[in-house]
Amino acid sequence: MLQIRWHSRAGQGAVTGAKALADVMARTGKYVQAYSVYGAEKRGAPMTAYDKIDDKPILDHSKWMRPDYVLVIDPSLVFQEEIVNNTTDDTVFIVTTHMDKEDLLNVAKHLQGKKVYVIDAIKISQEEIGRAIPNTPMLGAFVKISGIIPFEDFLVSIKDILSKFPQKIIDGNLRAIKRAYEEVK
Amino acid sequence: MAQKYELKQREVWDGNLAAAHALRQAQVDVVAAYPITPSTPIVQNYAQFLADGYVDGEFVMVESEHSAMSACVGAAAAGGRVATATSSQGYALMVEVLYQASGMRLPIVMTVVNRALASPLNIHGDHSDLYLGRDAGWIHLIANNPQEAYDLTLCAFRIGEDERVRLPVTTNQDGFLVSHTAQVVEPLSDEEAYKFVGDYKPKYPMLDTKNPVTYGAQTEEEWHFEHKVNQHKALMESFPVIEEVFSEFEKLTGRKYNLVETYKLDDADIALVLMGSAFETAMLAVDKAREEGIKVGLLMPRVFRPFPYNEIAKKLKNVKAVAALDRSAPMGTTGALFNEVSAALMANGQSAIMTNYIYGLGGRDTTVEHILEVIKETNENKKANKRVTPLQGFINLRGPKLSFN
Repeated sequence: MLQIRWHSRAGQGAVTGAKALADVMARTGKYVQAYSVYGAEKRGAPMTAYDKIDDKPILDHSKWMRPDYVLVIDPSLVFQEEIVNNTTDDTVFIVTTHMDKEDLLNVAKHLQGKKVYVIDAIKISQEEIGRAIPNTPMLGAFVKISGIIPFEDFLVSIKDILSKFPQKIIDGNLRAIKRAYEEVK
Repeated sequence: MAQKYELKQREVWDGNLAAAHALRQAQVDVVAAYPITPSTPIVQNYAQFLADGYVDGEFVMVESEHSAMSACVGAAAAGGRVATATSSQGYALMVEVLYQASGMRLPIVMTVVNRALASPLNIHGDHSDLYLGRDAGWIHLIANNPQEAYDLTLCAFRIGEDERVRLPVTTNQDGFLVSHTAQVVEPLSDEEAYKFVGDYKPKYPMLDTKNPVTYGAQTEEEWHFEHKVNQHKALMESFPVIEEVFSEFEKLTGRKYNLVETYKLDDADIALVLMGSAFETAMLAVDKAREEGIKVGLLMPRVFRPFPYNEIAKKLKNVKAVAALDRSAPMGTTGALFNEVSAALMANGQSAIMTNYIYGLGGRDTTVEHILEVIKETNENKKANKRVTPLQGFINLRGPKLSFN
């Protein structure tokens, strides 16, 4: 089972991102679970969302997980040491930041020795979608790093999932996803 | 005429969306509801379906849950198919009217998303509201995942509206753990679903003005007892109808529901009894325990009311020790599931060693490891052939270990 934990601030679209990823993977025949841990949810409060992806139905309804991937979509949350909770040496971190990896690791010491990739999903979403909604570019980066699904197949599914939005929003998101896929490092 | 909703063979829905689609497909005449976390999206989605032309019925905005259930009673007595949704405090406010609905034999369907009761205020899942409505004269069905929330909501209409039953039904799903967890759901098409649920057959509708009837009459010493026993009898005799509906549903979907669900119980020495999403988590704990050589199985009443006590006793016939896990604060005694399972065994001359665990209050996480621990403790009782663990324990509770004997 593949397990993914998102770190976000409420309102940045982690729940939507987690559900979109689950939807994409379900279309390939996988079983999925997408959920989030809610507090007294206020816009801007740190929160977590989760994806589980497996070949068989997912029975575990506990919130606890040992993530294979940690996706941090808010640039300030990378400094919270909680992002390494319950991870292993193999856990892959993809974090939103304007810094390059070396500078980031100098200040976010808890990530030293971890497998870390960086992407400026905030800047990409601002430039391509016009708002700081870093969830879809993070999906582009995740698909690149994980190789979980061929990128072309991912684009076909995500286009369909976004189809309820106006064309301008769909186009912006697709551009953001493609840019993040190219720029993650 | 309501528009057809195009559905994929595999959707990714959370429990709320699954329940909302089931209500839509049943073409309910009246939904009266007052939204409350975590069942709000059921009402919200349903209202959206209505606004988008996918529902023909009425949606009644009310000022409280007491009014919501009262409007449901009125609409059902008038002769319509009626449904609502609620949780927690909303459920508590409805309780007075829940008894009215069942006493008037109105087959209302209520999709409940289970949540803790205040105080302290808590929006997360436990079974406090389900237990609060235990004696209200409704049939209570338990769903462990979004697929089951969808399936059982469709079944609920068939069961409650059956000529031999005519009782209100709740479907229950754990707050957030099911209601807000998106999983793969395989829905029926709108035609198939409606065909399964069938047209509503009103019985003694108040709108049939040529045949006037009274609902909510007063009966004192002379007849109250007979009315209530009739109602109880209808619940007690609803088991075969529930099984019939489940069996028809299986023919249609291949998904089989039972009055009592089990997992690896056939050759088990010990068993855990629990309801809700934790039943599925516990399946993983059972697999782990069996790798370590502990022959453990699981049992869950799919139907909490009427309580299938003889069926439960039969299925637990060969186990030596049973742990009953209650997801509700027992407040001064042992948990309800413990009490009822113990009574079921006792009444059938069985004497498994019984223990009680309280877990998951207010959404406290219950993991595979936690349940594995309970299995190991229960196995200690079996090995000793007497109870060597506390009568009542608490799973994943902070602070020093607490127990009661």
